Amino acid sequence: MSYGIRVIKYLNIMERKTKINAEDGKQDIVITREFDLPLELLFRAFAEPELVAQWMGTKVLKLECKKHGSYLFETCDPKGNVAFQANGVFHEFIPNRKITRTFEMDNVPFGVQLEITEFEKLTDDTSKLSMHVIYESPAQRDELLKLPFAQGLNYAHNRLQDFMNKLK
Amino acid sequence: MNLRRDVFQAIADPTRRAILLLVASQGLTAGAIAANFDTARPTVSKHLQILTECELLAQRQTGREIYYYINAKKMKQVADFIEPFRKMWDDRFNVLEAVMKAYQKKDQH
Repeated sequence: MSYGIRVIKYLNIMERKTKINAEDGKQDIVITREFDLPLELLFRAFAEPELVAQWMGTKVLKLECKKHGSYLFETCDPKGNVAFQANGVFHEFIPNRKITRTFEMDNVPFGVQLEITEFEKLTDDTSKLSMHVIYESPAQRDELLKLPFAQGLNYAHNRLQDFMNKLK
Repeated sequence: MNLRRDVFQAIADPTRRAILLLVASQGLTAGAIAANFDTARPTVSKHLQILTECELLAQRQTGREIYYYINAKKMKQVADFIEPFRKMWDDRFNVLEAVMKAYQKKDQH
């Protein structure tokens, strides 16, 4: 009995809140997530530097939210050393609908990515985000899927704890 | 490595994911599995063949019938590969949701 249940659990991982679709041999992925937030509020999290800084856990050195505008993020490790910089250019910036931008990390051999992010209203209080990320090659995509853990750049979970503690 | 690539190809298909769910709790014959789908029987057979080749399914002969079973060990490998990446984004988006809820409250005051 537990055998079957265990397997269903593994399959359900693909059905959880944040879903990742990464087909074998392709050079893109699709990340989707439904939020318990109105559409306008969800979009604002991508448009205002201080909000981006809070949820991404990064310094936002530049964020020009318009066509041909550019951005520059700098992330530090817990000791305050610069861990990496990321930058890119906006190709489309349509409030509450769509952001198309490039994304590139400095000093890593992973090339540039194209990110097409779409925002959708579900109800007055819920919304959906869909990020289509295209890499230079299938091999680069697969390397990057492993990257966040290899380099320890994933502090998001701790940030959530910190943030919730501050609210108390 | 090739084997793992095949596994991801296998689960990228919605019909094959449905087949894996069907046999998750009990072994089934090809006929019993096919009865759950509108697709032609040879198409279902092809899906079973692919799932068997990449070891997500195992076959066992009982009398004259061949039963298909899920290979739980292989399924775990599949989940483990993409799970850390998914978890990173899930954590990140959980922070986003919390940050924006706090922001919304502040805005209303």
